[in-house]
Amino acid sequence: MADPVLKVENINVFYGSIHAIKGISFEVYEGEIVTLIGANGAGKSTTLNTISGLLHPSTGSISFLGESLAKVPPYKIVERGLAQVPEGRRVFAQMTVNENLEMGAFTQSSSSIPEDLEKVYSLFPRLKERMNQTAGTLSGGEQQMLAMGRALMSRPKLLMLDEPSMGLAPILVEQIFAIIADLHRTGATILLVEQNAQMALSIASRGYVMETGNIVTTGTGQELLASEEVRKAYLGG
Amino acid sequence: MTFLNFFISGISLGSIYAIIALGYTMVYGISKMLNFAHGDVIMVGAYICFYAVVRYGLNPFLAVAVAMVLCSVLGIIVEGLAYKPLRQAPSLAVLITAIGMSYFLQNTALLLWSSNPKVFPSVVGRGAFHMFNGNLSVSHITALTIIVCLVIMVALSLFVSKTKMGKAMRACSEDKGAAQLMGINVNATISMTFAIGSGLAAIAGALLCSAYPTLMPTTGSLPGIKAFTAAVFGGIGSIPGAFLGGLMLGVIEIFAKAYISSQLSDAVVFGVLIVVLLVKPAGLLGKMTQEKV
Repeated sequence: MADPVLKVENINVFYGSIHAIKGISFEVYEGEIVTLIGANGAGKSTTLNTISGLLHPSTGSISFLGESLAKVPPYKIVERGLAQVPEGRRVFAQMTVNENLEMGAFTQSSSSIPEDLEKVYSLFPRLKERMNQTAGTLSGGEQQMLAMGRALMSRPKLLMLDEPSMGLAPILVEQIFAIIADLHRTGATILLVEQNAQMALSIASRGYVMETGNIVTTGTGQELLASEEVRKAYLGG
Repeated sequence: MTFLNFFISGISLGSIYAIIALGYTMVYGISKMLNFAHGDVIMVGAYICFYAVVRYGLNPFLAVAVAMVLCSVLGIIVEGLAYKPLRQAPSLAVLITAIGMSYFLQNTALLLWSSNPKVFPSVVGRGAFHMFNGNLSVSHITALTIIVCLVIMVALSLFVSKTKMGKAMRACSEDKGAAQLMGINVNATISMTFAIGSGLAAIAGALLCSAYPTLMPTTGSLPGIKAFTAAVFGGIGSIPGAFLGGLMLGVIEIFAKAYISSQLSDAVVFGVLIVVLLVKPAGLLGKMTQEKV
């Protein structure tokens, strides 16, 4: 296999005195959907925020496209092609849908924006209908679409999604996962953090199971879905 | 006619408050802190103008430009030294630091320029326009103040709604973490906001001292407090709110001076603030912010 897009090696992350991430390692290769699953508090979001540069590992290394991300500020990490759709969507509620998408393209030259806006609007026609509404007026599902579209505007080489199913009705979860699978088919590389292990594993190339700051199991999506251990702990038997 | 005269003076004084209030409100919007040193930046700006004109014989408008640049730099330095290290600190610590910074600037001014009042030369002289057979006279500085305030208001509104940096400022005001994930340099954006606010304070300083020519190290503090009041009055964090609040405060103050009592004018101004906050706690144009879980 070629070099991984993202390589996380033995990172430890502390929140004050709390040892949140305990020496985990994993890789994401080009064109894969890799999922981190696990219960609430297992350290999944902390892992993503560390990769995005919002938190710093006390030891260990993270490299993206072969270059270390140590000491790189978060806004430069986005420039390098790593976008995160944060947990809880975090759209800019008082800005319009269009402005939110423009903010996603902050690192891009303004000449490429119209074309990328068209792409995002064709992927999410609902957003186009609401382009001049403020984001705060959108439903939860629409906000999730906006958060994803906003991240895509930065032309990411790796898209990280943090709990895209959170707080959404089952039908919307299906829609969102269908879009993620679509993105994957068109060649996007995705790191997906989910509590909804069933959904995540069903579309994932590979998965890692996290538990209290450790990675306890890994395998392909199908292997993990079939694994007795994983079924018991995360898939409700 | 006297009513109209008072009204125009009120709008002019209010324009100065509005320009200062814009600085308060923009900084509050992005860093959720009350920069009580903002009023003292006005005073520094006025001193820079004063020395540039009186000692170096600069054209008054060029002097204001110099003051704007230097005050913007001062704003960036104040933010970087005093507030940036407290980004994660409780808001009370930041508030006390801001009050400390205000005293620091005043006392530095006292050391550098002494407490003797300086007579500030008006940027446009002391002439006036006479209208209606001389029944209504509007001084040049009054007219200039109102025009400058309108220009600033329009320019700033366009800046935050149309430009990439302006939109980034709004994004940072809403959610700094998410803004970082967009690739926005949040620290640079905050610095720029302080620079803009402080540059506006320099303009306000020159206009204020052109209208009320006594310049002392404490010159900025009362207008600073009043402009802060104006920002709260209009809804802190809101740019149109600062504008509206400033104008209303100026008009109320001048009317109170004219028709009630000049000693009681400040009491009336703050009385109105209390009533507004009782009825509409977020201010006239402020939005009630909901804490999201």
